[in-house]
Amino acid sequence: MTILGYRIPMMASLVVWCLVWEVLGRTGLIFILPPFSDVLAAAVQLVQTASWQSATVTTLRAFAIGMVLAILCGVPLGILMGRVKLADDLLGMWVNIFSSAPLSALVPVLMILFGFGEKTIIAAVFLFAIWIIVLDTRAGVRHISPSLMEMARSYGASQPALYGKIILWAALPEILAGIRLGLIRGVKGVVIGQLLVAIVGYGALFETFSRNFRMAEFWALTIILFAFAMLMAELIERVEAKVEYYAGARQ
Amino acid sequence: MGATALRNKPAPVSAPNDAIVEVRGICKTYGNVEALRGVDLDFPRGKLTSLLGPSGCGKTTLLKIIAGLIEADAGTVTIDGKPVKGPGPERAFVFQDFALMPWATVLRNVAFGLELRRRARAEREEIARRYIAQVGLAGFEDKYPHELSGGMRQRVGLARALSVDAEVLLLDEPFSAVDEQNRRKFQEDLIRLRTQENKTFIFVTHSIEEAVYISDRIVLLSPRPGRVSRIIEPEIDRSGDPDRIHRDKHYLDTVEEIWQGLKQYVE
Repeated sequence: MTILGYRIPMMASLVVWCLVWEVLGRTGLIFILPPFSDVLAAAVQLVQTASWQSATVTTLRAFAIGMVLAILCGVPLGILMGRVKLADDLLGMWVNIFSSAPLSALVPVLMILFGFGEKTIIAAVFLFAIWIIVLDTRAGVRHISPSLMEMARSYGASQPALYGKIILWAALPEILAGIRLGLIRGVKGVVIGQLLVAIVGYGALFETFSRNFRMAEFWALTIILFAFAMLMAELIERVEAKVEYYAGARQ
Repeated sequence: MGATALRNKPAPVSAPNDAIVEVRGICKTYGNVEALRGVDLDFPRGKLTSLLGPSGCGKTTLLKIIAGLIEADAGTVTIDGKPVKGPGPERAFVFQDFALMPWATVLRNVAFGLELRRRARAEREEIARRYIAQVGLAGFEDKYPHELSGGMRQRVGLARALSVDAEVLLLDEPFSAVDEQNRRKFQEDLIRLRTQENKTFIFVTHSIEEAVYISDRIVLLSPRPGRVSRIIEPEIDRSGDPDRIHRDKHYLDTVEEIWQGLKQYVE
């Protein structure tokens, strides 16, 4: 971006919005919006507290387990749907419904099934993340060029080799895109799950801060969570860019 | 016709004992389109045979049936007397759109056929390097397909087919996605490669000039339904300067002869 011939770095718009926030906060017009500098100070304080650290460990662990499960189930399911018409006909409808359904409404049901603990949170992450991974993987498998499959067959590829050496790699750009979108949905899942269960991790912290109108800490936690989600997506995007580079010329 | 022998006998033409690939009564229908009807053909060992015809004559379908990639509705294909039930190690395929793995280097792409046959890495890479050099791509081993031109990509496809040491090479319009100058160079290289490698080539093309330029035998297929209409054996001396062939009288006569025969199928 350039303004009046000056090159403006990408972070500039972020700085502008932080300034707007600071000014708005200083006016004290909106009581839920403390000045940005207060939020930053609160963030620095927050990360030093034992309650934040233990909440982070709980949240990260639930998120990681849920995501790993979503990837381990989602990618094979997507490949199956991309390859086997029967599986696609049977499951396609459900995957599409779940990927666009308001899943938050299902979290209370998860609580009935898994209780008020970590299991429910993991299930929420899984439920939020898996569908987009399935759909993207399926799309990736569907778009593999038929001649690449014929090539593998004509040079005598066994079924495991066909999947391990061709299908997985040829669909990798879409699989990674699905995982990236799944990660963002998984962050949503972990927060919504914890908020509804309300006694563990970040959910408990959010609950405490908002009930007691500790807005600076509330926003600090939001920003930390947001930064985490962005960082994860950015990391996957790096890998994607590398893969796209090789897969880009898909003939 | 001079030295250009044009034969118009019903197939099979060659004596059965020197035919490596025998095609008998092949029929194939897609929905209500009859792609091939009762095709009988022999492919002599060590020769380059072209399948030539207008689009819709089923030449690629026939090649893929020989490759074992498509199943025929009726009829048999045998390689050295053994019936074809699917792809096999005695046949190697070169694809019209190259079919290279974009995530793999030239070296891995060329060695891929051997990789699928579980050959040790050092061994298969040594073989691959040799064929990469032979198709004129030495120095490009570590490049990725998207870094190469169309002509170079097809050289990778050809090196992959050569490196598995199959007796029969099946080429499906290998030069159609390659620009004109590269195609001509590639055709010259193919003539040179043929003298080095003692293999049987089956070559699908829709270019009359290309077929006459490189083939020992040309099978003309007529469309809807696809069947063998003629077999031509151009006797052109390819030992000297390849450019000379394009001005050779027999070459020009044969091209004209085939064109007169195919004209009726072109709207």
